[in-house]
Amino acid sequence: MSPSVRLQEMIRVIRSARTQGEERGLIQKECAAIRAQFRQSDNGARTHNLAKLLYVHMLGYPAHFGQMECVRLIASPRYSEKRIGYLGAMMLLDEKQDASLLITNSIKNDLSHSSQHVQSLALCTLACMGSAEMCRDLAPEIERLLGASDSYIKKKAILCAVHIVRKIPELGELYTPLACSLLSEKNHGVLHSAVVLITELCERNPDTLRQFRKTVPELVHIMKGLIMSGYSPEHNVAGISDPFLQVRILRLLRILGRCNDAASDAMNDLLAQVATNTDSSKTAGSAVLYETVLTVMDIRSESGLRVLAVNILGRFLLNNDRNIRYISMTSLQKIVQTDHTAVQRHRGTIVDCLKDQDASVKRRALELSLALVSATNIRTMMKELLVFLSTCPPELRAHTASGIFIAAERYAPSQRWHIDTILHVLITAGGDVRDETVPNLIKLITTASELHCYTVLKLYRALITDISQQSLVQVACWCIGEYGDLLLKGECDDIEPMQLTEDDVLDALETVLQSHMSSPASRAFALTATMKLSTRITNNVDRIRSIVSIYGSCIDVELQQRAVEYNALFKKYDHMRAAVLERMPVIDKSSPGDTLGDLTGEVTKDSSLSKPVPGGSTLPLEPASQAFDLLDLLVPSVTVYEKGGVSLKLQCDSQTETAVTLTFTACNSTQNDITKFTLQAAVPKSIQLQMKAPSGSVLPAGGHSAITQTVVLSNPSKTNLKMRVRLSYSNQGMVCQDTVQIDSFPSPAWT
Amino acid sequence: MYIRFILIQNRAGKTRLAKWYMQFDDDEKQKLIEEVHAVVTVRDAKHTNFVEFRNFKIIYRRYAGLYFCICVDVTDNNLAYLEGIHNFVEVLNEYFHNVCELDLVFNFYKVYTVVDEMFLAGEIRETSQTKVLKQLLMLQSLE
Repeated sequence: MSPSVRLQEMIRVIRSARTQGEERGLIQKECAAIRAQFRQSDNGARTHNLAKLLYVHMLGYPAHFGQMECVRLIASPRYSEKRIGYLGAMMLLDEKQDASLLITNSIKNDLSHSSQHVQSLALCTLACMGSAEMCRDLAPEIERLLGASDSYIKKKAILCAVHIVRKIPELGELYTPLACSLLSEKNHGVLHSAVVLITELCERNPDTLRQFRKTVPELVHIMKGLIMSGYSPEHNVAGISDPFLQVRILRLLRILGRCNDAASDAMNDLLAQVATNTDSSKTAGSAVLYETVLTVMDIRSESGLRVLAVNILGRFLLNNDRNIRYISMTSLQKIVQTDHTAVQRHRGTIVDCLKDQDASVKRRALELSLALVSATNIRTMMKELLVFLSTCPPELRAHTASGIFIAAERYAPSQRWHIDTILHVLITAGGDVRDETVPNLIKLITTASELHCYTVLKLYRALITDISQQSLVQVACWCIGEYGDLLLKGECDDIEPMQLTEDDVLDALETVLQSHMSSPASRAFALTATMKLSTRITNNVDRIRSIVSIYGSCIDVELQQRAVEYNALFKKYDHMRAAVLERMPVIDKSSPGDTLGDLTGEVTKDSSLSKPVPGGSTLPLEPASQAFDLLDLLVPSVTVYEKGGVSLKLQCDSQTETAVTLTFTACNSTQNDITKFTLQAAVPKSIQLQMKAPSGSVLPAGGHSAITQTVVLSNPSKTNLKMRVRLSYSNQGMVCQDTVQIDSFPSPAWT
Repeated sequence: MYIRFILIQNRAGKTRLAKWYMQFDDDEKQKLIEEVHAVVTVRDAKHTNFVEFRNFKIIYRRYAGLYFCICVDVTDNNLAYLEGIHNFVEVLNEYFHNVCELDLVFNFYKVYTVVDEMFLAGEIRETSQTKVLKQLLMLQSLE
């Protein structure tokens, strides 16, 4: 009696339940009945009861009381009961349940059963949910079955072996000798499983990998057979004979050919043949081609083959099927670093994919486009990227903005273009840019001295249109404060002039100060800008004075402090005001510090008197800090390095909350002159390092004169100061290098 | 490298088949089913058939009201598994003579047999439709 009749009745009843509650009630009743029947060990109905229970389990209800029943049914001699029992075991039992160990013995017996169907049930269950102990017990049985004559059993046994190897990698050695011989099978199913087994063995164990390299010629032969053979109705999918087997073999070839020239040579011809002969109009063909491309890229293939592979990917990009475009972009992403020129050819199509509707395709296209930006195509690419920025989904905005900035910095054809681009980004997506953008942009603007007028006019226009983008507001305020006089002059070459009065400008700044949309940082910028304007405008100084005094009682402590200081500047130090608020000098790009592990700190040989400026926020305090640049010879210095007659001393010139100035002094006490003496330094990422030009590079013998070099460290996050210094010099023709780590710094003469 | 699980769900989220090739707890399984359902049903024809899911990848295809989902590694070949799904559906179609969702509901244990014939231990096992059908008919005659 088949289990279906009463099962189907129950299914129909459950499906006709109209509400969730009704269904639950029905199921509870059924489960109670099933439980009672299990206890009775009623022979005839056991299969349907378990089948009903499994259906209930599929709907999501608990069914663990059926586990023992599964065990009992598996042990029964009848096939129909065994079948349901094994199915139940696969669904209800897993490795963690104790009951699973109980079926080990049954599986063992069934593996040697005379009927192949029973054997296959046992193999299937073992491969599906076999735990490590079960696998260990039954591994020899599986080995025996690997040599079975029936191909049906053989292929199941092989996959079972795959599962065992995954669970217990050491048992792989048991199956290795047999795996080689399995490759000579004709049956596709067995062949497929054998390839899977070999793949798994090779991935787990590099020694086995070397052993299996010998099979490369055989695999090549099999593949050739598959491609060349005529129409085989059994394994044909859309005109390709057994694409699944082809894909697996290609994958195995990839693993075998990686980092090995001999194996890669053996497969070159084959890969070229597959690449040219496979028809890619249907998915099956594309799957094979895709695997071929991945293999070519991974092994040591010759360049002609690589070009062929990139061309295939390019062809995929033009395919109508979105799936194929997506995977082609994924692969191109991996190879864009190594085969840059080849990928450049397909730039146009990639940029078109930016407009695709699927978000994941867009993301791939964005990453590829950013990787493909170069000096020659920067203008066109930037246009596309900016259009993309205005229409892209919000989760991609930050990434796009930072990518645009990096590309602009690297390849900007002119400063004006660079400034325009950054402004465009700030206007479109100012809320999503990173914080460093504001000081970076300010630095850029100060260096482009001939564009000050143009920049400030543009920024003013942007400011009065929209004051919600904070980064834009901050940059605009800073520029207006700095170049307010140019703004009021109103003329500029490249942009239409505006006639502005001083009141207009002050109105704009006041709007920022008073708007609820401005962040505290923006308001601080606006206040400082207002103050700076007091030296650049002539008529409304009183208005500025009144604004500043109002904010002297502001709740925000930062604003209050600034306002009070500016007030003091008006009242007591009016004679200093012009000097304090004069135009800032050009800011030099300070070389970023690297992590302690990477010793490529730059030695900037700039001799200009560049003062470290952290944005425009602490302007009034700037002139005062210059006074600390006095080298007092009695300041304590620490010897940090002494070897081979060369000594390096360190002294701390000045130390503020966030910046330290140090001087290194190098001395030579040997009998020979030391030439080409250089220092390189590396600091943790959060600290910025700036090395001034050394006083020289020659240390004469006898220690008569020394080389000094000043280093400025800026430490805004107040992390522990650590530095690694590398000295290199040439002594009697020999080049010497040494590294020293400095963890503690001397304190300055005064604190 | 290998399949983590195969899932057949309808649009409402009811599971018609769940075959697991990796160890998960019962509540983890339930959560996974719900998550897959949430991710896959919001996608329509203008999306690709591949979706990134936790640290795996799901390759799915919709046939009428059913979603056939296979969860694999990120490094696997998407198109090959897509073909595998189609192969599987074609076999179901042949076996049940123009299969529909109700067939899968009322004969769920037979569907499991089909799955076990074509996939094993997380790998595609038999790709020849004729061979699979022959085997299934033989098993059916034993009942």
